[in-house]
Formats: sequence, structure tokens, C-alpha cells
Amino acid sequence: MTRLILLRTILGTILGAACLFAQNAAPAGNAQNGRKLFENYGCYQCHGREAQGGIGTGPRLGPKPLPYAAIQKYIRQPTGQMPPYTAKVVNDKDLADIYAFLQSVATPPPVKNIPLLNN
Amino acid sequence: MSASKKPPVGRRGFLKGAAGAAALVTTAATSATPAAAQEAQAPRNASAPVATQEKDPAGSVEVLTADRPGSDFMVDVIKALGFEIIFANPGSSFRGLHESVINYGGNKKPEFLTCCHEESSVAMAHGYAKIEGKPACVLAHGTVGLQHASMAIYNAYVDRAPVFMVIGNTLDAATRRPGVEWAHSVQDAASLVRDFTKFDDCPLSLQHFAESSVRAYKIAMTPPTMPVLLVADGDVQETPMGAEKPRIPKMTWAAPPQGDTGAVAETARLLVNAENPAIIADRCARTPAGLQHLIELADVLQCAVINQYGRMNFPSRHPLNQTERAGAVIRGADVILGLEMWDFWGTVNNFKDQLHRTSRPISKDGAKMIAISATDLNTRSNYQDFQRFPDLDISMAADSEATLPALIEACKKLITADRKRVFEERGKKLGEAAKDAHDKMLVDASYAWDASPISTARLAMELYGQIKGKDWSLVSNNPWPQRLWNFDKHYQYIGGAGGAGVGYGSPAAVGAAVANKKYGRLSVNIQNDGDLMYAPGVLWTEAHHKIPLLTVMHNNRAYHQEVMHLQRMANRHQRDITTAEVGTTLKNPNIDYGALARSMGVHGEGPITDPKDLGPAIARAMEIVAKGEPALVDVVTQPR
Ligand code: HEC
Ligand SMILES: Cc1ncc(C[n+]2csc(CCOP(=O)(O)OP(=O)(O)O)c2C)c(N)n1
Repeated sequence: MTRLILLRTILGTILGAACLFAQNAAPAGNAQNGRKLFENYGCYQCHGREAQGGIGTGPRLGPKPLPYAAIQKYIRQPTGQMPPYTAKVVNDKDLADIYAFLQSVATPPPVKNIPLLNN
Repeated sequence: MSASKKPPVGRRGFLKGAAGAAALVTTAATSATPAAAQEAQAPRNASAPVATQEKDPAGSVEVLTADRPGSDFMVDVIKALGFEIIFANPGSSFRGLHESVINYGGNKKPEFLTCCHEESSVAMAHGYAKIEGKPACVLAHGTVGLQHASMAIYNAYVDRAPVFMVIGNTLDAATRRPGVEWAHSVQDAASLVRDFTKFDDCPLSLQHFAESSVRAYKIAMTPPTMPVLLVADGDVQETPMGAEKPRIPKMTWAAPPQGDTGAVAETARLLVNAENPAIIADRCARTPAGLQHLIELADVLQCAVINQYGRMNFPSRHPLNQTERAGAVIRGADVILGLEMWDFWGTVNNFKDQLHRTSRPISKDGAKMIAISATDLNTRSNYQDFQRFPDLDISMAADSEATLPALIEACKKLITADRKRVFEERGKKLGEAAKDAHDKMLVDASYAWDASPISTARLAMELYGQIKGKDWSLVSNNPWPQRLWNFDKHYQYIGGAGGAGVGYGSPAAVGAAVANKKYGRLSVNIQNDGDLMYAPGVLWTEAHHKIPLLTVMHNNRAYHQEVMHLQRMANRHQRDITTAEVGTTLKNPNIDYGALARSMGVHGEGPITDPKDLGPAIARAMEIVAKGEPALVDVVTQPR
């Protein structure tokens, strides 16, 4: 049991490092086109038009997305409820544009500066 | 006491007593037949062939009026049961009863509320019951009216909500008017909905009607509370009463079923000895007492509570409320107590909606599972709303709310000073976790705060900002308010449809608002567009009956749930992934809900697309509602 946890931790670190590397290697993308694709390919349905996430439908994806490689891996072969987006329907160039969009979405003001969220 | 004309044949009631005939002679025959009466065709009781009538002795006068129709007595029964409201769309199969409600009953207690669809009538009664804790009466036309009503009855059945329905029918073929009345008559009217009603009957006399009504009401209100249906036969309604008034039996509530003493004791032992017990409540708090009991049990045990929102089970900001952390709590729990859970199995297992549908448990190995559910007392075979069969260690076929007091006492008796110290420590940790989860929710809500279409979190908080100082009641089922508003009263939340039959939301909100009106509460409804479009005539009912209800549209211009399903299919089949909006959206043209509301006499505004405009529009609408009228604000929103 403990060994399993240890193994997971090591694996996690390696994967994390790989992802960090991959993030640096994220292909350049067009955020404007990415926004369009995010709509047309239906990502908005579960993740919100601003990638803000939806309760019970999908998590927030931006403005600080997971590393590109992790996203690429996840959408091709999701392990949860998300429908798969294989390379046949979303190619890497499209995904790079979507990634650029995710990086570009607005960061909200802090909660303390939004009076309605302090009720 | 001699009648000038022998009573027409074919009316059971007429033949029953001489008093019926006596009543008839006191009325004068009219000389001209009004057009409406002609249109209604021959008197219902003229089953004798025309030739026979022509042969009546000279000087005899056909009796055309009656003083005391059977339907008057039916109104006595309905009044005796304490109904305040009848939700109904009119239909000739209950015309006698309808007229008696208005003219004999004075249209007060119950008052006749005009609905534009039978599905709306029943869903209104469903929403009313959620607030009031007792059924409203629904009258509906035989056959076609009941066909329309059926989905809403199913919703109430799955939601364990009491609804008292009366429909018209003419069983005796010899008395039916030719034509439409035949098309709407049926041998076994209730068979259409028997799979999802708890009781039905087709009384053949007024005495029978009285007894079956009281019986039906009692059955509807005994947990599991559910819809019931009576068929008011046309002949029984329209035939004059005899001299003797039938007896209305005394209503005595059945004490709700409590869990077995041994099972309660064993449950208490497991809960008190557990390290991380979790309580999951779904349709638990039938009444305000249920909410208080659950607070007490949680406080005694200082354990996690997860609200599945079937009812207003637990205060949203109680430190032991761990709903936001449900996954983590379930994974860590060594004892799970489910209270009126609709889907125990689905809660402790993860099920993947992928090509190969797989599942795995998410609860801890060896965790003890305990269920208290009144549904076990009334499981039916055909409709499969009972969900997958869970692995349980203790199962009580009983009403949770009624069982909680005994369980609380049993727990208290077992708690030692040592356990108490452990509980306090646990409670503190849970309180901190709840606070962290709340802070995280606020951060979640801040994303897309200024977006257009407007975020659903922003919509919820713009609304809350204006109602929070008032005595409000949320009469719809939406996720953001549950996360962010401060719910601590039973009437502040009404749960969901039950059977997920869409079209429930808008009428249920109206029914709940009808119930809230007499307490002066502000009813607010966050209304999905697709749901409203099933039967938008509810807006007219709001206006006509001056029902104070603030509706804020969550207008995502889609049947959004279905958009996501279609996307899933296209992805799975690796085909065109850009077509999910075909057949699933409500665009082109966009629907102007403000104009729709105005067309029916409801204050309507919008469509609002800039979040800055939302607050002022809600404020204007609230002024209208404060005057006792309905108002609607159309808001174009993010999908969810
Ligand atoms: C039908 C709903 C749905 C659609 C459409 C959808 N997603 Fe998801 N997505 C989810 C859900 C749900 C998750 C959470 C993990 C899970 O259950 O698979 C998720 C997770 C993710 C994650 C992992 C996030 C994390 O923090 O772990 C990424 C990245 C992602 N989605 C990107 C996308 C992109 C890009 C698209 C469009 C090309 C898309 N999704 C379309 C539902 C959806
Ligand atoms: C009577 C009925 N017909 C169809 C469905 C399938 N269905 C489930 S959700 C849904 C869309 C509802 O749209 P809306 O109320 O606008 O909510 P949204 O999904 O957009 O949030 C439909 C059509 C249903 N549940 N009930």
C-alpha cells in the first residue's frame, strides 16, 4: 500500500516535470481562432464560453491552463466523463489555437473587490 | 309529492330516492331552449328515445332543472378536506363539479385557478405541495386532460409529492352525449397513470365519493407521499342528491412509518463508533421539522452532511454542510447513512458515460451503508425510477423524518465523554473544510463575472443581492444559489421535478408562489428557457390570478443538456463535431421572453446581455412583485 503511494508520487513528479517541459514546448496558436473553435467544437458547452467551468458539466480551463501536453493527452483519451476528441476530429493545430485561447481568457478581479460576492 | 313527469331513465341517482324527484318538481321548465343547451345536445338524462318522449301524456313537463346536484356534495367533501386551491383547465366531463365549485362553493377555499394545460395544473399542485406540505386539488378533463397531465403526475410520483387529482368521465354509455363525450369516455380512466399513482378509484355514488376522497387524501399524505386520482363520474356529478346527505368520514392521519427499534439502535451504534460518518440527505425533510431533526443529528454527531437537494434538508452555510466536498467525504467515510436517497448506488459508485459503460465504487472498502427510505414501502415494477440496487448493511423501510428523533436519542445515549471530545475535534475540522470550500466557490463564481452572455453565478448573485434582506423563497432548482446563498428555512427551497420531466419548472414555481402568497413571501424563480417553452401559458395564469412571482430567465437559448449529449455522440463516432446545436437549440429566431411575458399581461423586460444592466432590471421587476403581481426579466446566459 505505502509502496504504491510512493510509486505514485515518483510517477507524479516525473509526469509533472514532463508537463512543465511540454508547456514550454506548447506550439504557438491563434487565440482568436481558438475562441471560435472552442465554440464550434463544443468545448464551451461543458466548460463555459470563457472556459470558466460549469457546475457538474466541466472544470475551469483558463486563464492558466494545464500544460499543453497534458491537455492534448486528456482530450484524446479522457479518463472521466469528458467525450474524447481524437486527432481525427481536432488536429494539433486546432488544439494549439484552443490552447492560446485558454491562456488569453480574462483573470477576474479578486473576490474581495466584487461586492456581490461578499454577501 | 307527485312528479309531473316520471323521472328520466338512465340516471342512477334519480332512481335512488323519491327526494330527487321532489326536488325536480319545484323547478319550472323554461319555455325556450338556450342555444348553449342545444349545443350541449339532448339533456344528459334523456336516454329514452325521442319517440318515447313524444308519447308522454299531454300536459307533462320535462324537468330541466335541479337544486342540489351531486357535485355540490362533492364540493362539501373537497372543502372538508381543507383544499385552498383547485388548479384546473376546464373540461365538460367535470362541468358539474366546476359549476358547483364556483356557485355552490363560492369559489373560495377552494378557489379555481385557471391553467392553460393540464400538465401545468399538476405541476403547479406539485410546487404548491413542496411549500405547503399538503396537496392541492387538480381537476382535469377525462382521457385527454389526463393524457396531458400524465407526465406531471409522473414527476410528482418520483418526487414523492402528494397531489390530489379528480378527473371527469362518463362510465354509463347509455347517458353519454353522442360524439366527443364518447371519445373522452373510458372504461378504466385511471389505468393510464396507475403505474405512477398511489391510489385511484372510480366512485359510483356520493357516499362512495366521500369515502374514497378521504381515503385517497390519507394515502397521498402517508409517506411515501404521492399523487392519487379519483374519477368523478358525470352521472354522479349531475344527478340531484337524495334527501339524505351522505356522510363524510373523519380524517385521521396515519402516523408515518418509523424505523424498526433494533435497526435504529444498530445504526446509532455504527454512527457513534465511526471515525468519519457521513449523512446524505435527498428527499428527507418533508416538513420544517425534518430540517430541524437533521441539524440536531448532525450537531450531536459532529459529522459531515451532504445535501442532494431533493428537499431543503440542511442549512447551506452550516459548518457541517460538506456538499461541496461530497466526493472527498464519501471516499473517506466509514459509515454512510442515506436518508430518502433517490440513488444510493449512484452516489457511492462512479459511472462513466463512455462507449463502454463502466463503474467503480468510490466509497471505502468495508464502509457500512445504511438507508432509511419510505420508497421501499411502495416500489412498483414498470417504471424504473427505483435505480440500481445498492449494497446495504442496514435498510429501513421507513420515513426518515419520522425516524430521526428516535435515532438522535439512541445516539445521545451512546456518546461517552471520550467520543464527545473526538466529535468536537472532527466538527472543527469539518467547519474549516466547509469554509475553504466556500471560499473556493466564491473564486469559481468570480470567473467570467463580466462576461456576456451573462454567467449563471453573476445572475444568481445579482438576484441574491436584492432579495437577501427579504423573506424570500427560491421556487426553482438551480446550482449556483445552492452554493452561494444562505438557505436556512424550509420554504426557501423546493427541490426538483423528481422524474426529470422537463416543463415542470415554470408551473411548479407558480404553484409554490401561490402557496407563498398568503405568507407574504417573495417567490423567486430562475427559469430555464427550454422548460418554459413547453407550456408558456403559465405566465397568463400568473397575471390573471395576480400571483407575485419574480422570474429571472436563465436563457441559454438551448435545450442545453441535449446539446451536450449530441456532442458526446458526434465525438464518439468521430464525425462532424460542429453539429451539436442542430435540433437542440432555441435560436433563429431568438425568443423574446420579455415580449412573451408582456403578451400575457406579465411585466417583462430584456433580453439583457450586459451584466451591468441586470441589477437595475431586477430592481424594477421587484417593484412590480412587491405590488402583488408577476414580473419576468429575460437574461441571456452562459450555457450553465
Ligand atoms: C460534454 C462535456 C464536455 C465537452 C464537450 C468538453 N469537455 Fe473537457 N471536460 C469535461 C469534463 C466533465 C471534465 C472533467 C474530467 C472528466 O470527467 O473527464 C473535462 C476535463 C477537461 C480537461 C482536463 C481539465 C483538468 O483540469 O483536469 C481539459 C483540458 C478539457 N476538458 C478540455 C476540453 C476541450 C479543449 C474541449 C473541446 C475541444 C472539451 N474539453 C470539451 C467535459 C467536457
Ligand atoms: C418532457 C421531456 N422531454 C425531453 C426531455 C429531455 N431533456 C432533458 S434536459 C432537456 C433540455 C431542457 O432545456 P432547458 O430547460 O432550457 O435547460 P438546459 O438544459 O438548457 O439547462 C431536455 C429536452 C425531458 N427530460 N423531458
